[in-house]
Amino acid sequence: MKELQWEKAAGNGLLNRRHLLQLGLTGLGAAGAGAVFGQDAGSILQVPEWSRMPGASASAYGEPSRFAGNFQRMAGTPDPIYPGGGASRSPLQFLQGTITPNALHFERHHAGIPDIDPAEHMLVINGLVRQPLVFSYENLLKYQMVSRINFLECSGNSGALLRGGSADGTAQSLHGLLSCAEWTGIPLSVLLDEAGVLPEARWVAAVGADAASMGRSVPIDKALDDVLVALYQNGEPIQPGQGYPVRLFCPGWEGNISVKWLTQLKLMREPAQFRDETSKYTDTMPDRSSLQFTFPMGVKSLITSPSGQMSLPRPGIYQVTGVAWSGRGAIRRVEVSADGGATWADAMMQSEPMDKALARFTIPWEWSGGPAVLQSRATDSAGNVQPIRDEVLAARGTISFYHNNCIQSWGVDDAGAISNVYV
Amino acid sequence: MSTSRTATATSRILALLLLAAWMAPAGSQEAQIRLGTPISEEQLSALDLIAAPDGSGMPPGAGTARQGREVYELNCLRCHNVNGEGESGNTVIAGGDMQSEESPLRTVGSYWPHASTLFDFIRRAMPADIPKSLTDEEVYQVTAYVLFLNGIVGEDQSINSETLTAIVMPNGNGFVDQSHLH
Repeated sequence: MKELQWEKAAGNGLLNRRHLLQLGLTGLGAAGAGAVFGQDAGSILQVPEWSRMPGASASAYGEPSRFAGNFQRMAGTPDPIYPGGGASRSPLQFLQGTITPNALHFERHHAGIPDIDPAEHMLVINGLVRQPLVFSYENLLKYQMVSRINFLECSGNSGALLRGGSADGTAQSLHGLLSCAEWTGIPLSVLLDEAGVLPEARWVAAVGADAASMGRSVPIDKALDDVLVALYQNGEPIQPGQGYPVRLFCPGWEGNISVKWLTQLKLMREPAQFRDETSKYTDTMPDRSSLQFTFPMGVKSLITSPSGQMSLPRPGIYQVTGVAWSGRGAIRRVEVSADGGATWADAMMQSEPMDKALARFTIPWEWSGGPAVLQSRATDSAGNVQPIRDEVLAARGTISFYHNNCIQSWGVDDAGAISNVYV
Repeated sequence: MSTSRTATATSRILALLLLAAWMAPAGSQEAQIRLGTPISEEQLSALDLIAAPDGSGMPPGAGTARQGREVYELNCLRCHNVNGEGESGNTVIAGGDMQSEESPLRTVGSYWPHASTLFDFIRRAMPADIPKSLTDEEVYQVTAYVLFLNGIVGEDQSINSETLTAIVMPNGNGFVDQSHLH
């Protein structure tokens, strides 16, 4: 193979991103190509078996290839103390692009997934309105809808990194409470307008129809801005685990406030002070005061490949890729470091970054076979820059773990094994 | 100008207006449908479970911790244990001190800023295996008992919508509202 001179973009092997277009088989695939096809280079390639017989028929609801890998959500062990409670995490390290398939979108439930017959489901608007209203699902479907591509992130995502200990894990186990989908629904402002919001109403208390009747309070300015009463996700009716038949969707904000199985919206002067906005989803600071109603998720990024518990088979060229997002705008820039933050190179965005949506970045990297620490650092359209872990710990202490947007460090050892490290 | 010419001009203007309305962008007033069914707050009284710090949504009724002990033993003890000591995490509902040297144990007594939240949460979500199985009276009683376990009310103090919302919780001033930062 011809020896190529790659232009370096930063220390420890990061390459200029314009090499992305030139890599092809001369890059990662080259060394192993012969072995993969099981024949000597230079032999005549044969028509494969599956091209010599008809394949399977069309199916009712598709599923991945049996060869595509066993990528699944990762759910915790059920706890009888919290019947139905828990979470499942998206397999970020196996996904590409920016859209999470519906069956792999992360879940967090406080009392399980209710089995709702939409014919029996009601959405009520009451409180400080001119006329309380009740909407049937059938009638909600008749409204003009809008579609938005937005990420959703649990504010407890990545919390393990602030709890001390080694936090050995994968991109999925450490950061998988993050997904992105196209959400389609009715602007909440349209339904609120129909009920007639009274001037003294400052908050909208949203309640779900699950066993916990989980509630959260949304400030009126957000409610009238970009919040959706969402009915569809990536084109199909929202799945039960995401709130079928109808959920609230608050773009850019901590996931818990996008109340699933939405059944009530009550206009109020003050927040309802639900349990899940007082006892939970609040952050106790080193001075023992606690931050409440921390809504937008901070600017953040994560290298998804190579990432925790993966192993690099041999020195050579790899595509470093990951996702970046911000609850305060679009991603403007992602930088990548291979030397633990000493030097940085700009990554290429794989598609045009959108407001409050996942953006995919990529940059080529030549692993020398020696130790490396891979990091990514995002900047959003409002100028916010993703902090390092020490900055988050210095500002927030170790009592709370919500709203952690620190830079993730993946350590690569001499053998190519990758793990979460703190630098 | 003859009458017929005026009529023609008027119909032209009408036609233009209709065209403009038809071409109006999505979401404009013309396109808006209104399919909500009017309902009264009274009709919603069984469905609306929001009990707020200002007392709104609190049902009639009252209870004491002494009455609540029995409700607790029947419905809560299996997870929260004797005296609200729990096992770990959410099941520990009593004790703790936000100013402790170690990382503080955050419970109803040490952390929760509003007493109304206790009533609201028990009524909507507890007991976790059979939520909404308690009567409003029982919710008042067991709310009083949990407050008693935390040394916030006396054993025979009557807890109702007024006395509950008058309670100043130990960590009532411990929260900083960030809602303006979005």
